[in-house]
Amino acid sequence: MADGKTSSIRALGSRLLDRAEPLIKGVIYVSGWSSILFVAAIFFFIFKEAAPVLSSVDWGSFFFENRWIPNPADENKAPSYGAAGIIYGTFAITVVSMLIAMPLGLAAAVYISEFATGKTKEILKILVELLAAIPSIIWGFIGLVIMSPIIQWVFGVEVGVNLFNASLMVAFMAIPLIVSISEDSLRAVPDSYREAALALGASRWEMIYRVLFPAAKNGLLAAAMLGVGRAVGETMAVWMASGGTEQFGLLFDRVKAMTATIASEMKDTAHGDEHYQMLFVIGIVLLIICVIINVLSDLVIKGVKKKHS
Amino acid sequence: MPDHHHIDFRNVTVRYGNDIALDGLDFHVRKNTIFGIVGPANSGKTTLLKCINRTIDFTSTASVDGRVRIDGENVREIKNVYSLRRRIGMVFPLPVGLPLSIYENVAYGPRRAGIHDKGQLDEIVERCLKQSVLWDEVKDRLHSLGTKLSGGQQQRLTLARALSLEPEILCLDEFSIAIDPVTTMKIEDVLVNLREKMTIILVTNLIQQAQRIADDMMFLNDSDIVEIGPTAELFANPKHTLTAKYLSGEMG
Repeated sequence: MADGKTSSIRALGSRLLDRAEPLIKGVIYVSGWSSILFVAAIFFFIFKEAAPVLSSVDWGSFFFENRWIPNPADENKAPSYGAAGIIYGTFAITVVSMLIAMPLGLAAAVYISEFATGKTKEILKILVELLAAIPSIIWGFIGLVIMSPIIQWVFGVEVGVNLFNASLMVAFMAIPLIVSISEDSLRAVPDSYREAALALGASRWEMIYRVLFPAAKNGLLAAAMLGVGRAVGETMAVWMASGGTEQFGLLFDRVKAMTATIASEMKDTAHGDEHYQMLFVIGIVLLIICVIINVLSDLVIKGVKKKHS
Repeated sequence: MPDHHHIDFRNVTVRYGNDIALDGLDFHVRKNTIFGIVGPANSGKTTLLKCINRTIDFTSTASVDGRVRIDGENVREIKNVYSLRRRIGMVFPLPVGLPLSIYENVAYGPRRAGIHDKGQLDEIVERCLKQSVLWDEVKDRLHSLGTKLSGGQQQRLTLARALSLEPEILCLDEFSIAIDPVTTMKIEDVLVNLREKMTIILVTNLIQQAQRIADDMMFLNDSDIVEIGPTAELFANPKHTLTAKYLSGEMG
């Protein structure tokens, strides 16, 4: 009797599962497609907000002129939206921060993966993760309050919030990302590679440089690209530490990034006015830059794979 | 000097944590001979090889007691461990093609040793690939990735790589595991010829392989030497019943 009961429950269960199968499939299917839907929706809404102004934007001035005057003091003058200085700011911060973050991040990853052992390794990994968890507003605060006077003192410059400061903060934010992804990809290289190289009389460094790096190339590239993505998109810390002046500044000059411009000026606009729409145009350009970076990194990684096959 | 002791193990004990992998081994290998090592899994064969080129150092839990001497020199006291490893070619049981081209896989060792002349490298690559019976299969695609080769080809590639530094000692750890019998025979012929130039230690699970080409052989079981002697003698008159059983395939 009991046996009959369990078997009938089991049969019911398997029947239910059979019924549920298409449902489960459907959920998975929808989840997969939803990511595409979200991306499309993001593009749609940002374009929608900017749409009214898109046809009248002076693109030449937008990309090549550094005259961002949305609210001219003289009310008779038309506002000007030359964003070249702002776009430059984003590029400059990205380049300088990556010059700092990539070598440091890679070196740290190599140390953690290849040289550190036991407790040291565990503690370092935890610290790196902790570093990644620090909110960007804290980094901005550190840049503004701590780093700025240090930069003034060490380099003898007048302004401490500048391209270098912002890049440093962004680098600190990107480093944990680069370290943990690089370390993962180095650790994924089989030990047999290490042994084979060392058994041939290679030194530790020759083994890392000649064998580990090529073997982990895809992961290392992915780490670099994520770092770049982080740098392009970072807002808060960049806003606080960069000085906020749109100009083609050098290392110790104030600069202003696209993200910080949107964040800082949105409050000055009225919903739907021209300034508001122009900020969305900056958003579109930012979005397109991110897409280009993603596509490029995809191509680079595919290229690496192809070359090796 | 056929009786010159090229490699000399004196009371060598290796422990991994508390587990004994080699228990006080005493034996020597004569110069320019092929020395076969047979024994069931977990008997310490691979550990023994790692003691010779000190790749055992990479295993942090391993501790080594006793002395391994090469030409009378204690390997523990060799300061430049890289130069020691260049003198010893090593082929691991699972083929490890480095993520480099076929050419660079073979040229890797010589480059590390400071050979950069293109002509000289070309010569080394060709010689080693011929010795490992791989040349004909890869000569037209030397610059494609070594890891794309088949398992058996990769194993021959690692053999070529091990030969690239003209080592004085060649350690083969079950080199023929993924290689077809015909190619295996060809490589065995090459090994017999190489004996003039180097001492070869052949760890093998193929008892017939040891019988075919080893001059001396050793039967390891449970971290210890059961029997050691000239190959022909071991097969004809094994002193231990265990040896007899193992060599005849009765030991399970």
